[in-house]
Amino acid sequence: MSIVPSTVAADLSSRHAPPLGGFNLTALKLEIRRLLRNRRTVVITMIFPVFFFLIFGLNKAYATDKIGHGNVAAFVMISLGLYGAVFAATSGGAMVSIERAQGWSRQLRLTPLSPVAYILIKVLTALVLGAGSVAVVFIAGALTNKAAMPDYLWVVSGLSVWVGSLLFAAFGLFMGYLLPTENVMQIMSLILTLLSFAGGLFIPLSQFPHTVQVICKWTPLYGLNQLVHTPLLGNGVDWTWVVNVVAWLVIFIAGAAWRFRLDTARV
Amino acid sequence: MTITSAASGTWPGSGTAPLAVELTGVSKNFGHVQAVKNVSLQLRSGEIVAILGPNGAGKTSTIDIILGLSLPSSGQVSVLGMHPRKAISHGLVSAVMQTGGLLKDLTVSETVEYTASLFACSQPVGEVLSGAGITEIADRRVGKCSGGEQQRLRFALALLSNPELLVLDEPTTGMDVEGRRNFWAAIRKDAEQGRTVLFATHYLEEADDYADRIVLLRHGQIVADGTASQIKAMAAGRTVRATLAGASEALLSEVPGVESVEVRGETVLLHSKDSDAVARYLLTQTDAKDLEITARGIEDAFLALTGDDTVASTGASS
Repeated sequence: MSIVPSTVAADLSSRHAPPLGGFNLTALKLEIRRLLRNRRTVVITMIFPVFFFLIFGLNKAYATDKIGHGNVAAFVMISLGLYGAVFAATSGGAMVSIERAQGWSRQLRLTPLSPVAYILIKVLTALVLGAGSVAVVFIAGALTNKAAMPDYLWVVSGLSVWVGSLLFAAFGLFMGYLLPTENVMQIMSLILTLLSFAGGLFIPLSQFPHTVQVICKWTPLYGLNQLVHTPLLGNGVDWTWVVNVVAWLVIFIAGAAWRFRLDTARV
Repeated sequence: MTITSAASGTWPGSGTAPLAVELTGVSKNFGHVQAVKNVSLQLRSGEIVAILGPNGAGKTSTIDIILGLSLPSSGQVSVLGMHPRKAISHGLVSAVMQTGGLLKDLTVSETVEYTASLFACSQPVGEVLSGAGITEIADRRVGKCSGGEQQRLRFALALLSNPELLVLDEPTTGMDVEGRRNFWAAIRKDAEQGRTVLFATHYLEEADDYADRIVLLRHGQIVADGTASQIKAMAAGRTVRATLAGASEALLSEVPGVESVEVRGETVLLHSKDSDAVARYLLTQTDAKDLEITARGIEDAFLALTGDDTVASTGASS
């Protein structure tokens, strides 16, 4: 067995690392396709929010009541858009857990893909799915012709929901690195449903007892839910909402970074 | 028992080509447990090398260090003259792991396409699929593939970047004899193009049949390094079997040249490099009869080199 040294040396220098740490659109496309292939994810992020909107958003008793610059149907549409986008973002982040359980993360560590590029792919996948769920709820709102608010508020509200869902992409990543289970989304669904109630996405918090309301204001969906409705309501921003979102964002990112570092040190 | 092979260091220098793998005084600790102890190892380009050892000998820890999946607690690692992570990012190293490592919800071709997209340059997906004989199952979900098909897919993924060094960690675990034979035929064929192959195994036969060189690990240390026949010679010697009533293990192990003693009722088994001297002693100094002298197989060599000292002296019955 002999090897000509010069050919090996030439071969080595002709090899290089991929640009952007291995980030590329083919991988992103396949990740999105994977997520859409998961029936549970599609039902929760695309079908549930539209279904809930059709039930709660179009209720004749209040749908056309005026609220802020629009009506109640538009208010509910924004809430359910947030619900869908938050589920989508969390699913995208939490895929990490499934990939760790199946050993795929370890396989990826044997490719040029950098951990940062991997996280970027996950977050973008989450955002694409999130955009999809905001879009379907808003399209349902437009087609049913009940939700009313000025045109620019459709855009501003939709974008704030979409960008705001990034908070939950961080949450999903944290949980994905924390929970080494293939059933992570079942656990996440339960947690997110509770957080949605506590954040006032389904029922106004004013309908809860006072103590419960106080506790709810500390939960991670509360501040975000208030902020995404601000453009519609036009009632100004309460600084506690911003503190809530920033504090939870810091907690989720710090948690994800901490678990991520443990994970890449060991894998 | 530590045997230093005459083989290591006697090979000609590899000229300008960097060594495929170079470990210098590498140790790896997990808390108080030392999984790898001061291992130095050089693999030349084009070699097919087996890391052989029982479970817990430090094979996987050593491989993880070579792949840059874990950092050594001390010592130097270099792969093709560079840091392991750099070699990986340049697509120069790939590995086939034991199990897992695949996404069940992607199809076979999607898995190849995904992995290919991560490298700066890779072989065409179609060629890799047909090379690994998985074109017919390209559209099948990975979760629906058999163990053998998944292993062929892993092998295809490992060859995507046309690596200089291919690392296989117990690649045939769970394969049947036929699958194992086909797998190794593919590896050998592939290695003819000059690829360096390093594989870990605890199947002695596999190391003997497919490696040019065997590195024996025990308790995280290299106890032997050489060709299969050199390894056999290192643990050479013969077994003298005799019938001897009332044999004392302690007394027999005092006999000059005896390396280990096994007493099974009236039968004694003495392992020695100088079986003639042992036989002469038994026949002249004791009442031993029915003497039989047999050469050790590689199986015994393996046990002698990798077994615990305590186990070896009582006959390595495990």
